[in-house]
Amino acid sequence: MDVDGRPQSVPVLSRRQKVIYQFTQQNLPACKPVLTPAWVIATFFSLGIIFIPLGLLALGASQSVVEIVDQYDTDCIPEVFRSNKVAFIKDDSIPKNCTRYFKVHKPMKAPIYVYYQLDNYYQNHRRYVKSRNDRQLLYGLKYNDTSSCKPEESNNGLPIVPCGLIAWSLFNDTYRFVRGAVELGINRKNIAWRSDREHKFGKHVYPFNFQNGTLIGGGKLDPTIPLSDQEDLIVWMRTAALPSFRKLYGKIEEDLEGDDVIQVNLFNNYNSYSFGGKKKLVLSTSSWLGGKNDFLGFAYLAVGSSCILIALFFILFHVKNPRPYGI
Amino acid sequence: MGRSGGGGGGGGGRRKKLHLSKIYAFSCGKASFKEDHSQIGGPGFSRVVFCNEPDCAEAGVLNYSDNYVRTTKYTLATFVPKSLFEQFRRVANVYFLVAACLSFTPLTPYSGASALLPLLVVIGATMIKEGIEDWRRKQQDIEMNNRKVKVHNGDGVFDYTEWRNLTVGDVVMVEKDNFFPADLLLLSSSYDEAICYVETMNLDGETNLKVKQALDATSGLNEDSSFQDFKAVVKCEDPNASLYTFVGSMELAEQQYPLSPQQLLLRDSKLRNTEFIYGVVIFTGHDTKVIQNSRSPPSKRSRIERKMDKIVYFLFFLLVVIAFVGSIVFGIETRKDLRNGKMKRWYLRPDDTKVYYNPKQAPIAAILHFLTALILYGYLIPISLYVSMEIVKVLQSVFINQDQQMYYEETDKPAHARTSNLNEELGQVETILSDKTGTLTCNSMEFVKCSIAGVAYGQGITEVERAMARRKGSPLADKIREREEEMVELPANRKNTIKGFNFEDERVMNGKWLDEPRADVIQKFLRLLAICHTAIPEEDEESGKISYEAESPDEAAFVIAARELGFEFYKRTQTSISLHELDPLSGVRIERAYKLLSVLEFNSTRKRMSVIVRDGDGKLLLLSKGADSVMFERLAKDGRDFEEKTREHINEYADAGLRTLVLAYRELSEEEYRNFNEEFTEAKNLVSSDRDAVIEEVAEKIEKNLILLGATAVEDKLQIGVPECIDKLAQAGIKIWVLTGDKMETAINIGFACSLLRQEMKQIIINLETPEILAIEKEGDKAEIAKACKASVVKQISDGVKQLTSSGSADAYALIIDGKSLTYALQDDTKNNFLDLAVGCASVICCRSSPKQKALVTRLVKIGTGKTTLAIGDGANDVGMLQEADIGIGISGVEGMQAVMSSDIAIAQFRFLERLLLVHGHWCYRRISSMVCYFFYKNITFGLTLFLFEAYASFSGQAAYNDWFTSFYNVFFTSLPALALGVFDQDVSARFCLKFPLLYQEGVQNVLFSWRRILSWMFNGLYSSIMIFFFCITASQTQSFRKSGQVVDMEILGATLYTCVVWVVNCQMALSISYFTVIQHIFIWGSILVWYLFLMLYGAMTPKISTTAYKVFIEACATAPSYWLITVFVTISTLIPYFMYSAIQMRFFPMYHGMIQWIRYEGHSDDPEFCNVVRQRSIRPTTVGFTARANARSNRIKERQRQRT
Repeated sequence: MDVDGRPQSVPVLSRRQKVIYQFTQQNLPACKPVLTPAWVIATFFSLGIIFIPLGLLALGASQSVVEIVDQYDTDCIPEVFRSNKVAFIKDDSIPKNCTRYFKVHKPMKAPIYVYYQLDNYYQNHRRYVKSRNDRQLLYGLKYNDTSSCKPEESNNGLPIVPCGLIAWSLFNDTYRFVRGAVELGINRKNIAWRSDREHKFGKHVYPFNFQNGTLIGGGKLDPTIPLSDQEDLIVWMRTAALPSFRKLYGKIEEDLEGDDVIQVNLFNNYNSYSFGGKKKLVLSTSSWLGGKNDFLGFAYLAVGSSCILIALFFILFHVKNPRPYGI
Repeated sequence: MGRSGGGGGGGGGRRKKLHLSKIYAFSCGKASFKEDHSQIGGPGFSRVVFCNEPDCAEAGVLNYSDNYVRTTKYTLATFVPKSLFEQFRRVANVYFLVAACLSFTPLTPYSGASALLPLLVVIGATMIKEGIEDWRRKQQDIEMNNRKVKVHNGDGVFDYTEWRNLTVGDVVMVEKDNFFPADLLLLSSSYDEAICYVETMNLDGETNLKVKQALDATSGLNEDSSFQDFKAVVKCEDPNASLYTFVGSMELAEQQYPLSPQQLLLRDSKLRNTEFIYGVVIFTGHDTKVIQNSRSPPSKRSRIERKMDKIVYFLFFLLVVIAFVGSIVFGIETRKDLRNGKMKRWYLRPDDTKVYYNPKQAPIAAILHFLTALILYGYLIPISLYVSMEIVKVLQSVFINQDQQMYYEETDKPAHARTSNLNEELGQVETILSDKTGTLTCNSMEFVKCSIAGVAYGQGITEVERAMARRKGSPLADKIREREEEMVELPANRKNTIKGFNFEDERVMNGKWLDEPRADVIQKFLRLLAICHTAIPEEDEESGKISYEAESPDEAAFVIAARELGFEFYKRTQTSISLHELDPLSGVRIERAYKLLSVLEFNSTRKRMSVIVRDGDGKLLLLSKGADSVMFERLAKDGRDFEEKTREHINEYADAGLRTLVLAYRELSEEEYRNFNEEFTEAKNLVSSDRDAVIEEVAEKIEKNLILLGATAVEDKLQIGVPECIDKLAQAGIKIWVLTGDKMETAINIGFACSLLRQEMKQIIINLETPEILAIEKEGDKAEIAKACKASVVKQISDGVKQLTSSGSADAYALIIDGKSLTYALQDDTKNNFLDLAVGCASVICCRSSPKQKALVTRLVKIGTGKTTLAIGDGANDVGMLQEADIGIGISGVEGMQAVMSSDIAIAQFRFLERLLLVHGHWCYRRISSMVCYFFYKNITFGLTLFLFEAYASFSGQAAYNDWFTSFYNVFFTSLPALALGVFDQDVSARFCLKFPLLYQEGVQNVLFSWRRILSWMFNGLYSSIMIFFFCITASQTQSFRKSGQVVDMEILGATLYTCVVWVVNCQMALSISYFTVIQHIFIWGSILVWYLFLMLYGAMTPKISTTAYKVFIEACATAPSYWLITVFVTISTLIPYFMYSAIQMRFFPMYHGMIQWIRYEGHSDDPEFCNVVRQRSIRPTTVGFTARANARSNRIKERQRQRT
């Protein structure tokens, strides 16, 4: 027993003792809010007042973004192969180049981000996600416990760097943009997270024995460039959370004017046809909130205004039926 | 204990030795070889004790257990395996163990370490707790076993040794006021006749002293040295639990002597009024009767915990269902991956897989995936719930222990929660089963009032009157206040510093009675008090003050009263009683001796006691005192002068909760006495079985034609605050039953005293003292008796039920049943009827009940009503009851530790029960039930986001979050606020809990842990997880989420989702409690902060450790406004519906605690009118307690007034 805590034995308590006494007697000063109508109304009102402007801001940001989406997976297959797209894409002998045109509706300020979008692609499948080896990516061949990479672990008795399904299925469509007659430069540097480049992919690790197997997955890698500089690989290996995803391809660092017509020369290499996925090319500017998505703005507005409505309902009810005495 | 010097002499003790059996009528029965003794040596009667032969080879062979009594659950060796076994008796823990083992196989969605760690923490914490609790028990054991006792060491030398070292056959010497260390056979005592007085309160709760007597053959062994050559062999029954039987024989000097319970001194009873005894140890340690009687403490679990198990099973079911659904989908998807050699999702290489993803063996893959899913969704089951609950309960117990308002300064005893398992059960008690002596009463009697010659004397105010007056605010209350103020001013005035005497009246005190009109009657009255008793005076040699040792405290109260009023009884010899008394003629104190001729003792059938004395003038006087029921009918025709007045006073006294006795006398003629004495002596010398009956008949003849003197009123002093406490508990809707070993009259008196009974209550009394039964008993056919008794009890019960159903609910009934009837009432075929009757009555009092019956009644109530029962008691006789009840409360005031040792919670005073139940019980119930609901909520919220994510990952078993995020969810980010809820939350403060006792009904009716509420919380979890998940994925979709163009990947979505979950569950906590101290703020907001800190620190570690969490927050999330906007939006919009719900509930359908919160908030708590409005809703007609009594009385007055007009 904390004898000192008893008030009768020690009439003058120090602050500390007093607090301890209050604590042990479960009598600490406490804030005891009660959901009175006044509080409820005030809360809903203030929520509404905060949410509506936030919604407007978010919506404004989203609206300011110019986004061009071009689905090319079907269009880039010659008519004759449309019935059997998989055969087309698997046939190395057929040239896969394809040209697309689209018009810029609104002026787009640099930087304009170029994304490719895949649908129905399960980068979040457990087998897929686990099929990589972070140590190997960082240390290269020095690290050879790569069992997690199976079946893309080794080929012809030699280890594969980078191993695993993710690297093996690297996306390999390529895009070039031409405005008028001038080719638009695409900056493909600095598209990956810096932390990935610097700490997850080795500066002295070079691709080795990659895509040499009988079954070729996706893109190949230049064995002379260290992994830390293979930014498309790094971006690809940051697996997407949902089966529809975009990945950054590069940045166009020139403004595009309205009515500009952009010609895209692309190589449609990647097999999205087996699993029935779509492929899209996306050009988008960016606001402070990121890309184009009205959801957040509308959601804020909707919740904000319903808060105001609820507040009004409560006020109305409270005026009509004041709380009965003592209940 | 005050005895100095060694064994032999005992001069002080010898001075008062008495040949009691010569005057006393009934006690000290003679032992003889009966049929039972023929069984000795047979099965069940095989114990052989070689007394005083420690080196005897034969004794060594017998190998009886030692005297160490162990109450701990574990020993050092069994601790680890046994406690682990206890742990894994919980299905949830087995599941987590299996999950942890599986997480080292490729099946696992998480890394092995992250899955195992929480389990280790949980199991470790629980084991540490168990260990500490058992260690405490161990310490108590050590204290008990290391008490010292004198034991014979050979050659007539006695030395102190610890209890635990005693072995069977040792000769020990126990001194006054010490406990017996084992079951002893009494050999001799400081009295010549080798009798000793024993207090068995710890065994049966009876307070009167019992006389034990050794065999004549050993009675001479009353010095240390006499044991030098003492040798004897005792053959007796094997250890058993029966406290009242003992069969054995002693072989001493080649003579056989029969032994009976009369020679057996039981462990845990106490030597009183006797300087010392010598005894030989018969049963030790666990063989002793009292230990045999105590069963191993049952491990009790609260209702909430049992229900919680069901919820856990339900969640398991849910887990299996969603895992099953996931596996089916996974199997289908996997099978589709490879069709006719064509790969669908080629990037998964379905052509070259292990069995887990093999499309060719999709069913097997699905089954294996089912296991994976069981681990993955394991977060639905709150792993930390059990351990959190245990931690919370321990902390709650600390608060209970620390409560200053349950601290009893006089004995320096705080409340002590011995097991913390049952805290929340304290908030759900429906029935309290209370012991009486030492629990409701302090086991001391005070002489407060008397009625002499039809005049009432004594202005003292009893507890009950005080409580009633306070409640009513009547003028009496003012009077009391005045008096109390007076007393504060003049503390010297306080007369009740004398224990047992609280009488105050100027008319009779200090010799003033001489001036009263009927001084002659007063003189006779007081003289009777001073003579008619069996107490022994003890003169303090220094101060000359006389104190008394009486068989019962009321007896002592009478003698003390007589002393204080001028009739000091100071000496008793074998044949005389000497008084100092005031001579009315001369007004001088003179010594006067009365020759004691015979004593007709008190017993429960006679209900009276008489003595026959010859006074100094040679007159023969029969002085008699007894219960009004037997005394009034024995009055002479001309002795009824004050009968009416006295009866009136007696009723008043009974209503004030006092014990009354009627005093009467008569003068005997010499011849009358001679006749009586002849018959009496003859009867006493009978050796037949009906000896007692014959004595009774003889006594009956002389105790008649008495002349009434008056009546006394003794207060069986209730503990402080008992009536108030009972009243509060009754207002809270709790039923109170009294189970006592006491006589029916005593029990009824106490019932009145603590307002469980009142005058206009209809009493249904069930007993077997009807003339028919007595007649059958006389015939002595056992089967016949049992049959008749059974029939009688059944009839009385069914009559009672009829009475109960035929009358309206307006009448309050009280059921009073005695132990003998209870034996029949508790038989299987009648017990349900009995229960129906008892439940229908407002008060139930079971008197003369044995410990076993107490336990049986408790079990009957517990199982029959299915509601929570609480038993409260202080003696070893209550142990069974305490263990049987859902909660056992021990009163830790008196010396005996048995009740406390087997209780769940010990308090020092009955009145603390009010605070323990209404405040702590209510709080704990609320805290635990809210905490459990919250745990399920938070885990469902979290677990289901994992499931929803799976739907987007083709149920492949990939977790949305980093392994260590998930692993720490229950440990760091959500547990502390839940603990704070469990330990600190208060719906209303203690003051309001007590002011509005009906709040307690929330627990009794279990509104806070009803299935509806539990399912609502689960639904809230489901709803929250859906909102969080879909808001997050819709808001972050495919577009870039920040200015620099990067898109959301799995790491970032995981962190965002997780952030939202942490915010939502913590803010939900903040919304659902209405009591914020600094602690709550720190824990709730701190948990959120800890999440961010963790995210930063963990993210800052090298990628080898942090893997996917590497710099997620610093680099990606923190700098993206959309991350913050999503967090704010998801948190608030997920919580709005709950907020709405509580606002509407508070406004339109407030729960009872809500109303009280509102009152407090609006500051109307001191406005009596306002409170009354709220209380109105709470008041249901309470049928017991002084509130009810006051109401009934005012009704009665109104009724009378109406009749007059």
